Amino acid sequence: MVALVHILAQEAGGEAAGTAPNWFMTHAFLIPLFCVASGVLTLVFGKRTPGKGPVYGIAALVIAFVFAIGCLVGIASGSSVATGGIHWFTIGGFSVDAGYYVDGLAATMLVVVTGVSLMVHLYAIGYMHGDKRYTWFYFVLSLFTAAMLVVVLAPNLFELLVGWEVMGVCSYLLIGHWYEEHVNSSAAIKAFITTRIGDVPFMFGIFACIIIAGGTTSNIQAIGTAVGVSHDTVLVTAAALLLFGGTIGKSAQFPLHVWLPDAMAGPTPVSALIHAATMVAAGVYLVGRMFEVFVQADPVVLTIVGTIGAITMLGAAILAMVQNDIKRVLAYSTLSQLAYMVAGLSMGETGYSAAFFHLFTHAFFKGLLFLGAGSLIHAVHSNNMSDMGGLRRKMPITFITMLIGSLALAGFPLIGGFWSKDELLVTASTGHMWLFVMFLVTALATAFYTGRMLFLTFYGPYKGHAEPHESPSVMTGPLVILAIATVVAGFLGSPFTSYVFADWVHFGTPEVHHFHGAIAGIGSLAALGGLALGWLFYGPKRDREVDPLQRGLGNGVWNVLQHRYYIDSFYFNGIVRPIRDSVSAGVVWFNQNVLDGVVNGAAVVARGGSGVIMWIDRNVIDNAVNGAGTAMETFGKGLRLVQTGKVQWYAVGLFAGVIALSLFIFR
Amino acid sequence: MNETTWQQWAITITVFLPIAGAIVVMLVPSSKDKMIRGLGVVTTALAFACAIAIAIGFDYNNSAQLQFVKDVSWIPVIGARYHVGIDGISMPLFVLTYLLGLLCAIYTARYVPQPGRTKAFVALTLLLITGMAGTFISFDLILFFVFWELVLVPMYFLIGVWGSANRQYASIKFFLYTLFGSVFMLLGFLALYFNGPLDPATGKHTFDLSAITAYGAAGGFSHTFQLIVFGAIALGFAVKVPMWPFHTWLPDAHTEAPTIGSVLLAGVMLKMGTYGFVRIALPSLPQGAVAYAPWIGALAAIAIVYAALACLAQKDLKRLIAFSSVGHMGFVMLGIATLTTIGIQAAIFGMVAHGVITGMLFFCVGSIYDRYHTREIAEIGGGMSELMPKMAGIFAFVAIASLGLPGLAGFIGEFMALLSSFSPAAVLNVGLYRTFMVIGGIGTILTAGYFLWMLQRINQGESPVKWREHHFRDILAVEWVSWVPLLALTVVLGLVPSIILNPTTNGVDAIVHIVTG
Repeated sequence: MVALVHILAQEAGGEAAGTAPNWFMTHAFLIPLFCVASGVLTLVFGKRTPGKGPVYGIAALVIAFVFAIGCLVGIASGSSVATGGIHWFTIGGFSVDAGYYVDGLAATMLVVVTGVSLMVHLYAIGYMHGDKRYTWFYFVLSLFTAAMLVVVLAPNLFELLVGWEVMGVCSYLLIGHWYEEHVNSSAAIKAFITTRIGDVPFMFGIFACIIIAGGTTSNIQAIGTAVGVSHDTVLVTAAALLLFGGTIGKSAQFPLHVWLPDAMAGPTPVSALIHAATMVAAGVYLVGRMFEVFVQADPVVLTIVGTIGAITMLGAAILAMVQNDIKRVLAYSTLSQLAYMVAGLSMGETGYSAAFFHLFTHAFFKGLLFLGAGSLIHAVHSNNMSDMGGLRRKMPITFITMLIGSLALAGFPLIGGFWSKDELLVTASTGHMWLFVMFLVTALATAFYTGRMLFLTFYGPYKGHAEPHESPSVMTGPLVILAIATVVAGFLGSPFTSYVFADWVHFGTPEVHHFHGAIAGIGSLAALGGLALGWLFYGPKRDREVDPLQRGLGNGVWNVLQHRYYIDSFYFNGIVRPIRDSVSAGVVWFNQNVLDGVVNGAAVVARGGSGVIMWIDRNVIDNAVNGAGTAMETFGKGLRLVQTGKVQWYAVGLFAGVIALSLFIFR
Repeated sequence: MNETTWQQWAITITVFLPIAGAIVVMLVPSSKDKMIRGLGVVTTALAFACAIAIAIGFDYNNSAQLQFVKDVSWIPVIGARYHVGIDGISMPLFVLTYLLGLLCAIYTARYVPQPGRTKAFVALTLLLITGMAGTFISFDLILFFVFWELVLVPMYFLIGVWGSANRQYASIKFFLYTLFGSVFMLLGFLALYFNGPLDPATGKHTFDLSAITAYGAAGGFSHTFQLIVFGAIALGFAVKVPMWPFHTWLPDAHTEAPTIGSVLLAGVMLKMGTYGFVRIALPSLPQGAVAYAPWIGALAAIAIVYAALACLAQKDLKRLIAFSSVGHMGFVMLGIATLTTIGIQAAIFGMVAHGVITGMLFFCVGSIYDRYHTREIAEIGGGMSELMPKMAGIFAFVAIASLGLPGLAGFIGEFMALLSSFSPAAVLNVGLYRTFMVIGGIGTILTAGYFLWMLQRINQGESPVKWREHHFRDILAVEWVSWVPLLALTVVLGLVPSIILNPTTNGVDAIVHIVTG
């Protein structure tokens, strides 16, 4: 059976048969192991190393990054898919391998994960300096990276789920890193539970996939082949929808989006790595991995995917416009951008490459923006933009790099996200008009809130209390590198490189991309228009005592937006609290009064009826308890007491029962 | 001792070694407290070594085959035999019993609960180990029943004498409730005896489990008979598991029991019930099993959600963990109720995992109580990470393992139980079982909820001022020694599930083949 799986896997990968995979690809299974090793070393020896923690993680990631680049080079040079593994366990005919699977999608993700993680590791040396759980922080960071790499490389859904859930726990631990504050630990719980609500359907989706593939394997390629020939459309459709539950949770899509903004309670490097660049993208990655299932399912599935994406995209972008906490601006922005990817995938095969190109560029520019925000927070000791302003002169490196990141986010021509958004727009322009409109409107909103963020932090008068200063080079260094990466990443999907990214990551036959002047023009217009509106509202000359947008929208709308459309409070007051406080109390009441009432009632009846129990109670139990001393003083006496009690008890219980029930059975 | 002699006597020696130890302990004067504790450790260590020797000597290529068999006449008048042996299904539970027994004895070297009386405490613990281990290797129904009942006595005293405030109520309830169940079970056994096969050697009725199972598998029992008798036997096992709604003795017993009582109760004793289903009820009465399976599945699904909700409302830390056991055993029973190989293997895996993880949770709670002298969550008031970072770290690790993190022991049993509910045995209603699956899935969310909320209220936050001046000692040496094996197993079972799955495959396959053909 296992052999068959491998044959299936090779056939599925064989469509784009190219040169043999290079050494890095066939040894890709080492990549997560490096991070596992660094995690263990950090936990055991971390406190004794120079710097008290980061060395192992950084060393592992440098090696891992080299491997990732090696894999990408292999893919770029036309290599076929590399896969392999060893048998892990078998249960009732269902067999699970531990292995790896490297294709273009996985290779680009490897670069993103190891690259951003490395930057975050470096940055956190400065940002987390003096933290009381510094070594622990690096341990969890290593563990997280390993888990994410397992997700990326997993050849089967079981292994993917293992990485997926371990990531979730790391996210929980890091959001609640400063758990002395109740808000932080609550945010951590909220994140874990909300994502788990998505993970349960995801798990059921895995079951469905396993059954589709014959109940013997969860190998993704085997499932892909099986859905192609399956006649059970209902099961395939159910599988796709259920799998998408995992995406909704992990990638924080409506209606399970509520955890991500609260997750900003974690340290900012964590927000950059886990809650912007990598983990939250895993949901999108899952859809891509399992795309065969989505394509073979009833078309209604992709319509649902697109609708969820469209709602989240605009809904979150609007909330990003009214935040004061800079990390929350970026968090809502992340929701919105992830929704871009989800919506991109909903367009089917043609949107595949564009969606993942957006994931790729977004990882760099959003990671950059978060780290930049961290640099600001580090300087002014506040998350609130109302405590910032005019910082461009005091923090020039942060300013320039964040400017690049912001322009990439806004879709400013030629920079970063411009190219990926452009590809999404081009794809949507043929046959997905409503998504095209949504993309465009959201792009406008995105540029607006990006401009607002820039102008509130770097322009106008400084309104904070701390003495701002540029961050140390260990923090600005990663900013510069990520800014460069943002620009470079964008060009990988541009006519200047003949859209090389689409050659690496595609579904089915590679798309032929052309530069589409009119659509690029419309996209640029949305970006520039949004930025201009931002300037209009939040330019340095504007009075910011009351948020200009609040004046524009009126207090009613403003309040709804400040309360996040009341979704969070509905969940808490309408679902969480009733279950946690009332339903649970009802269950306990039922337990104590009804179920136990029967038990205790029976005891009372028995006691009143015979008095035998009382006799035993007095003579055996009380003796045992009060007179335990005398009873146990000598072996003989003690043992006899035990035996006496037991035998009499038996007699009572056993004979009564046997007589009563013999009547039924042995009539 | 040559090999055949060892193989014949290995199980007998291993099972009765703790009793022998208990007798020796009773002969030592009470004043030699340290010596008594030492004897407890030595005895359980020897017994554990014997169990390991059996596990090593076991032929895993024939794991469905009964090995280390000793089969001699015992009570000829009624045809009861001393028939012991071990196969792949018994092996994990048998070894787990001795491991937990040893760890409890080590823990007792430091902690003997009020009111002391070390001698009786150690002796009863040893007696308990014999009883529990005996049920897993008995292949004669009378012998099984004797071991089954033997367990009650020491546990009754452990709770009744060394328990906390409400110990009398809890111990009587525990004893009577279980006895109530076992009466039905014994009746079922008698019915099997009188209607079962004749021993070809003597021409008399027999209590031999292998003979009865073979007879039942061949369709020897009528359908109506199976329905009645399965119900009776299942009731006995259901109380022990405990299945909802027969679980109400458990939170009381657990909460009042001394730490090692809770560890052994959760770690091993509950598994006697689930083991009974797999070993006796299913193969002997296959049609009964098919008829009752949906009901068992329904009770299991209810148990999962019900227990999780009850956990959310608990104010007593130990009671919370106790209720969580009801939910975890719900997953085990759900797996069994699917009547599939995956489901029953998941159940066996879940039994072992629950023994390791929940055993460890009870150790933690016991040690936390030892510091704070309260189990009230609100009294403890958070901040344990600050006062005892290592204790808090281990507590969090075990809680996360218990809520089913993949890669740790708790996951496989849950995942596979739910997977088997997605496609249960062909004779069962798929739609119904998928409903159970969904309910179970909701249960996993609630489970995560109450465990994380528990951690928030115990570990996290600022510690109340009143505790700061106590200068609690973080984990002690004796705690490390008795805990590290369980912590290691939590990881090892999660990463290498084959160590449980491989030995059980053939035996479970055989049972499933009997039940669903």
